[in-house]
Amino acid sequence: MRMMTFASRNTKEITRDMLTLIFGIAFPIVLLVLLSAINKSIPQGHGPTNFQIENLAPGITVFGLSFMSLFSSMLIAKDRTSSFMLRLFTSPLRPAEFILGYTLPMLPMAMVQSAVCYAAALIFGLRFSINLLLAVFVNIPIAVVFIALGLLFGSVLSEKAVGGVCGALLTNLSAWFSNIWFDTSMVGGVFETVADILPFSHAVAAARAAAAGNYAAIFPDLWWVIGYAAALTVAAVTVFSIKIKRS
Amino acid sequence: MEAIKTSGLVKRYKDKTAVNGLDLTVHKGELYALLGVNGAGKSTTIKMLSCLTRPTSGDAEIMGHSIVTQADAVKAVINVSPQETAVAAKLSVRENLEFIARIYGADKVNARKKADRMIEQLSMEDIVSSKAAALSGGWQRRLSIAMALITDPQVLFLDEPTLGLDVLARRELWSLIEKLKGKMTVILTTHYLEEAESLSDRIGIMARGVLRAEGTAAELKAKAGTDDFEEAFISIAEEVTA
Repeated sequence: MRMMTFASRNTKEITRDMLTLIFGIAFPIVLLVLLSAINKSIPQGHGPTNFQIENLAPGITVFGLSFMSLFSSMLIAKDRTSSFMLRLFTSPLRPAEFILGYTLPMLPMAMVQSAVCYAAALIFGLRFSINLLLAVFVNIPIAVVFIALGLLFGSVLSEKAVGGVCGALLTNLSAWFSNIWFDTSMVGGVFETVADILPFSHAVAAARAAAAGNYAAIFPDLWWVIGYAAALTVAAVTVFSIKIKRS
Repeated sequence: MEAIKTSGLVKRYKDKTAVNGLDLTVHKGELYALLGVNGAGKSTTIKMLSCLTRPTSGDAEIMGHSIVTQADAVKAVINVSPQETAVAAKLSVRENLEFIARIYGADKVNARKKADRMIEQLSMEDIVSSKAAALSGGWQRRLSIAMALITDPQVLFLDEPTLGLDVLARRELWSLIEKLKGKMTVILTTHYLEEAESLSDRIGIMARGVLRAEGTAAELKAKAGTDDFEEAFISIAEEVTA
């Protein structure tokens, strides 16, 4: 119950911030609109397949989730550098309750973000299917990855620093290695290997498979992402515990 | 009964000893002020007693629970009002109060009742729906203290509760703290000597991590051979800093 109480507080803190609404909902849709418009102006068969709406929409939903890192890192960093966190550290809340309390409120937000993105994509020619609902759920592990990354960085960096790391660096890195904007196989070599090791391209592949109703192709890409989500969550709890002891 | 009893409490940070063998006893229901110049070890002592940091050696019992081996039990009976205002900025006054009550185990109905009681006791009726960030410094501090009181702690740590407040807001908080006397054990750290003299049952003076003297304000003045408490404080603190 303590964890749910903390989660409820975090929900209020996040949803009462305009930045969340702008980056969380509006920005991915703006990207979708722009890229769809570009794709439409390219003669059929000549544009990159990544920008075709059935590939682009799942990719944008995953890219949009990278902003969850920014929200979670900003929230925890802001709390950590204030006396409010000091107060909570002297309360009966445990490290795992802190991390879950930060994570849980962001999952419904992540699902709403993905759902809104798919709904917007319908306007640009994406065919409606129940599989889009499945694709929303398939995005949960990558949402956890981004949230946990944010909590990790937010646990060790200042509020100012996490803005740069999670707001610029992480969103760019996750975009480059995701196969959303270009195929990493076109670059090849180490770049492609790194993209294969990181979870981002696997998350996009799983989302595209789910949206297309290609159920057999969802795993093992999704297992890869789930592994990262579990490991990063454990890492976030561990780092946060250390920070509590050193406060 | 003893609310707090420390035995040889030590905290070292690399090459610096912040608290050095502190033996301190605070009785139940007492308001005990911990004084000292910057770096004397007051804040580190509060951090150890509130389980924010582990002692390097030694131990302390809070209401019979060890801060080293029974931190969870200690956290259940204490509350802290940190030096800087500690409120959730985007939550309203009521939401802040109910949030803390629920973190300490109150159900929804109980949390609401406790919040109602705090709002009435601290005369916060007019600001109950205001977001904490929109409150003045004085009201934020009052809310911060209310958030510490709402859990009915047996031991309350007030770290510089009136720091940075104007004279009126400070006097209002003094009267609030005065009302707590006897109801719970209060450990107060402050740089305002008149605050300690006026509010405390007993005062401890720390310097360089060591408790140099303790007693009532009158006893400390007598010990230093002066009628002025500020002079008594300087005289005792300078015994080691000189």
